[in-house]
Amino acid sequence: MNIIVCIKQILDPEIPPAKFKVDTVAKKVVCPEGIPLVVSPYDEQAVEAALRIKESRSDAKLTALTLGGAGAKDAIKHVLSMGVDEGIIVNDDAFEGSDAFGTAYILSKAIEKLGDYGLVLCGRQAADWDAGQVGPVLAEYLGIPVVTVAKEVAAVDGKVTVKQVLADGYRVLHMAMPALVTVSSEIGQARLPSGKGIVMAARKQVTVWSSQDLGCDPGRIGSGAARAELAELFVPSQDRKSEIITGKDVAEAAGNLAGVLRREGAI
Amino acid sequence: MDDHRGVLVVGELGQSRLATVTRELLGAGRRLADELGEPLGLLLIGDAVSGCDTEASALGVDTLYVAEGPHLAAYNGDVYMEIAGTVAGETAAAVILMGHTTAGREMGPRLAARLGGSLFTDCVDLALDAARWLVATRPVYGGNAMAGFVSKTLPQIATVRPKAMPETAACTGKNMSTVAVSTDSTLSRIELSEVVVEEAAGPRIEDAGVVVAVGAGVRQEDFGLVCDLAQVLGGAVGGTRLPYEEGWIPASSQIGQTGKMITPDLYVAVGISGAPQHMAGCTGAKRIVAINNDPEAHIFKMADYGIVADYKEALPVLIEKIREMTGA
Ligand SMILES: Cc1cc2nc3c(=O)[nH]c(=O)nc-3n(C[C@H](O)[C@H](O)[C@H](O)COP(=O)(O)OP(=O)(O)OC[C@H]3O[C@@H](n4cnc5c(N)ncnc54)[C@H](O)[C@@H]3O)c2cc1C
Repeated sequence: MNIIVCIKQILDPEIPPAKFKVDTVAKKVVCPEGIPLVVSPYDEQAVEAALRIKESRSDAKLTALTLGGAGAKDAIKHVLSMGVDEGIIVNDDAFEGSDAFGTAYILSKAIEKLGDYGLVLCGRQAADWDAGQVGPVLAEYLGIPVVTVAKEVAAVDGKVTVKQVLADGYRVLHMAMPALVTVSSEIGQARLPSGKGIVMAARKQVTVWSSQDLGCDPGRIGSGAARAELAELFVPSQDRKSEIITGKDVAEAAGNLAGVLRREGAI
Repeated sequence: MDDHRGVLVVGELGQSRLATVTRELLGAGRRLADELGEPLGLLLIGDAVSGCDTEASALGVDTLYVAEGPHLAAYNGDVYMEIAGTVAGETAAAVILMGHTTAGREMGPRLAARLGGSLFTDCVDLALDAARWLVATRPVYGGNAMAGFVSKTLPQIATVRPKAMPETAACTGKNMSTVAVSTDSTLSRIELSEVVVEEAAGPRIEDAGVVVAVGAGVRQEDFGLVCDLAQVLGGAVGGTRLPYEEGWIPASSQIGQTGKMITPDLYVAVGISGAPQHMAGCTGAKRIVAINNDPEAHIFKMADYGIVADYKEALPVLIEKIREMTGA
């Protein structure tokens, strides 16, 4: 059974907030120098979910798929070294500026080209734009059922069983394959690449497909097909008091804090 | 524009009334519908939904679409999607709103894919521009930045973050019409077998007036101190990712982007650094207090009041003082 995991390379979401800068004119986030891009953590967790399925059934073959430019190969090599079997990059100048619908369309063309698959996994959202759109849209384009925000995914025989995170617990859902699942961090930490994995990944060829290889409709890709426009991007202002309460020692400071909160009616 | 008209809210049900997020959506929806000079519709899907008609009418709904049946009691992605897709298609609404909830996170993108519309998820503000296109504001980059998008395509679909917009006060009921929606063609490829509730004892963090949150700076053996502080404050205990991963608190008590968004009057962060993905969950708190022993910790910039101290020294005194003051 083929499992396809869609991954995206992004700015490390855990950089210190002080390093996060926006160019409000270009409406772009400025990548701080010397900080390498990473595979979006939720996508790493989708890879982790796929690897756990592979451990439970010997016929599982994992393919990572990414839409990307220059750094995409690093992202693919990273997940290959975690244990993914194959990597595919779809890349073309014509893809530039595609929105979630364009991206999902391109990924659907690549998945159709791959042909036979049982399960498609995505992160619940890319940890840069946090939109969470590509996964469910991709499922619609592929004509397969979808469950989002999973904390556990099992694939036994022709069925996939998903624990979907809810506000106050979870629920258990079943779908016949092929199906698509988006994975959340509740699945637990993704494994680190192993030494052997890194060596194996270095030897692997990564396939690259262009728009022509996929037979993409030019009217559905790139910035021209985008259904909305980014009008502004800014760092929100902070209106908290940021007042440090002091005292001659910790006990006095803590007492003063209680006093301030009491005076304000907060306690 | 073209023949798209009106605002459609895809609602959800709470305890024998509309869900809070749906009441918030109706506020935003009514405002947008008035600006457009077009009607506001509400779609309710469920086991027994007609009991919500008085409430819907009082919140300014012009047309209530009711999809009712015992097989609709629990949210099913395929079944709900089929109904929402049919109603959205037939009414040709220009704006379609739903909560950024389990249902909305799935239905929003799927509806946009089917109807060919634009889509904005997890919105905290909605407006119209001069040409009457939807302008949606939403946090991006883990809450580090905000982005404003302008739609270029109809219909315009938005999922709205719960608690980001005020609930509307009831108005003097409208002349609401009710339309029954067919629920026949409801083939599902998704089967539900079990719902498991996992909640911490005591008040829920999303309802509590006071929330004390535990971070990775607190040692497991001191978790009880944090609980004691919550107890004297009459509040609930929440936390960051590590306490959840370590099993001190359930998933439903994690606060942040992947966890919950909460809006208490008082939020006390103990041993928490203030990462944007965590703060995304508590920016709506009225007052934020931080206890951290690192004077450079980012949380102090995000807080109203802070004390630079080891929580082990600060918490016992704080608990004692609050006890004295409140008699708790
Ligand atoms: C995509 C994504 C989504 C995420 N979603 C969430 C989310 O929903 N919720 C969430 O919480 N996190 C989330 N995270 C993780 C988040 O980025 C941070 O890593 C996390 O919030 C840090 O938790 P913390 O503040 O408890 O720990 P740390 O960052 O390790 O901070 C611990 C703090 O404790 C202080 N401290 C240590 N000892 C003491 C002491 N004795 N007394 C007082 N203070 C002390 C330290 O000075 C430090 O500031 C997410 C991350 C990513 C990438």
